Amino acid sequence: MGEAIVVTSGKGGVGKTTTTANIGTALALQGKKVCLVDTDIGLRNLDVVMGLENRIIYDLVDVAEGRCRLNQALVKDKRFDELYMLPAAQTKDKTAVTPEQVRDIILELKKEYEYVLIDCPAGIEHGFRNAIAGADKSIVVTTPEHAAVRDADRIIGLLEQSNVESPKLVVNRIRPGLIKSGDMLDIEDILQVLNIDLIGIVPDDEMVIKAANSGEPTVMNPDSAAAIAYRNIARRILGDAVPLMQLDRKPGTFKKFKKFFGLG
Amino acid sequence: MTVKSKHVRIKGIKDGLVFLLDDKCPFEDLLSELRFKLEHSHQNILTGPIVHVDVKLGSRPVSEEEKDAVLDILRGQGNLLIRSVEALEDPSVVDSDALYMVSGMVRSGQVLHHQGNLLLLGDVNPGGTVTCSGDIYILGALRGMAHAGVEGNEEAIIAASLLSPTQLRIADIISRPPDEWETRESSMEFAYLTNGAMQIDKIHNMVKLRQGLNVFKGV
Repeated sequence: MGEAIVVTSGKGGVGKTTTTANIGTALALQGKKVCLVDTDIGLRNLDVVMGLENRIIYDLVDVAEGRCRLNQALVKDKRFDELYMLPAAQTKDKTAVTPEQVRDIILELKKEYEYVLIDCPAGIEHGFRNAIAGADKSIVVTTPEHAAVRDADRIIGLLEQSNVESPKLVVNRIRPGLIKSGDMLDIEDILQVLNIDLIGIVPDDEMVIKAANSGEPTVMNPDSAAAIAYRNIARRILGDAVPLMQLDRKPGTFKKFKKFFGLG
Repeated sequence: MTVKSKHVRIKGIKDGLVFLLDDKCPFEDLLSELRFKLEHSHQNILTGPIVHVDVKLGSRPVSEEEKDAVLDILRGQGNLLIRSVEALEDPSVVDSDALYMVSGMVRSGQVLHHQGNLLLLGDVNPGGTVTCSGDIYILGALRGMAHAGVEGNEEAIIAASLLSPTQLRIADIISRPPDEWETRESSMEFAYLTNGAMQIDKIHNMVKLRQGLNVFKGV
């Protein structure tokens, strides 16, 4: 039986879909059998980020309503044999499926896959409840901004009330320069407010935008700092103790990390 | 019509009956169930010779009229002789000085309310709310909103290990903390009202405000 992890944030635009795609791909790189599930019905993006948009035949709603079998709706990744994606419907809205239906689908997927990553829509309404219905664990993505941290806090509160295991935090889009000058929230500050375990920090990286537009997850490119960060998160999910990335860097190059420090 | 016997329980004792009335359900439900039970069940117990009855209302706060309403129903049954009516007082009213302790975090969007005085072991995050009819003491960081004395008690105070709230309210007074609060030395502080204005002071100065406190003077 595999493990279902929901990636959520509350606020939109902090990088849920990017994180889902990259962690999923990184787990596949490690040889794991992975399925990504997009629950953002009506605003699906995961397929675009993964570059699988043109391969979609059926979607989540079709499976829930019994128009096709689960296996028919799964889209196989073009790079990995053991990476699949279950796309969301684009023509319906969040209420097209119920949390119970999603839970059944996730349960079915967990029999087949070692990791099921669920991409959650923004917000705390029906779509959120759908996404967390079948999840065992959760990852909360935030950026170093007050608004994003506030929403992450709200989401953590809701997750703590649900059956999902206590969430792990990813701080995305960090700009070390701005933190140093005091214009961006420190990671320490964020952790003090949210008070949950940190599972990874991801630096702001132009490569992520390029990669998303070309439908090629960033993790595939080992020259990108964000790629290393996502690979580290995947390894931590697998249980490795990987030190946090040191974001202080010499100007112009991300390749030289001066020092590393331990987790926790 | 079937009624599950959940609010009214009738117990037989050596020399009569005890009516145990639930103290959590709505009062109206209680009355209708009591009426139903007397009319429709236990026919052979409730008719016949005179029986002594003890009524136990639990810790429900009841007015005299409500008490009479219960007794009227029982009196309607000719053979029931009411011997005693017992009502425990509401525990929160009895012990208004007690400190109720809760641990955990009040996150954005969550509301913690307590009737009485509250001691929270944990943080209140921005967007989180703590309201209380008495004092609020927080062993942790207060970054959200705290409202002490919600029912109008202007004597109420708000104390926190780290007092950097988005807003403070005591009784009807609302105060936005000045920005310099954030950068003040981090000692434990509390907020109180004097002449309708919010004041902040270090926790050890609370003695000046609360004359009745037990003060430790050393041995």
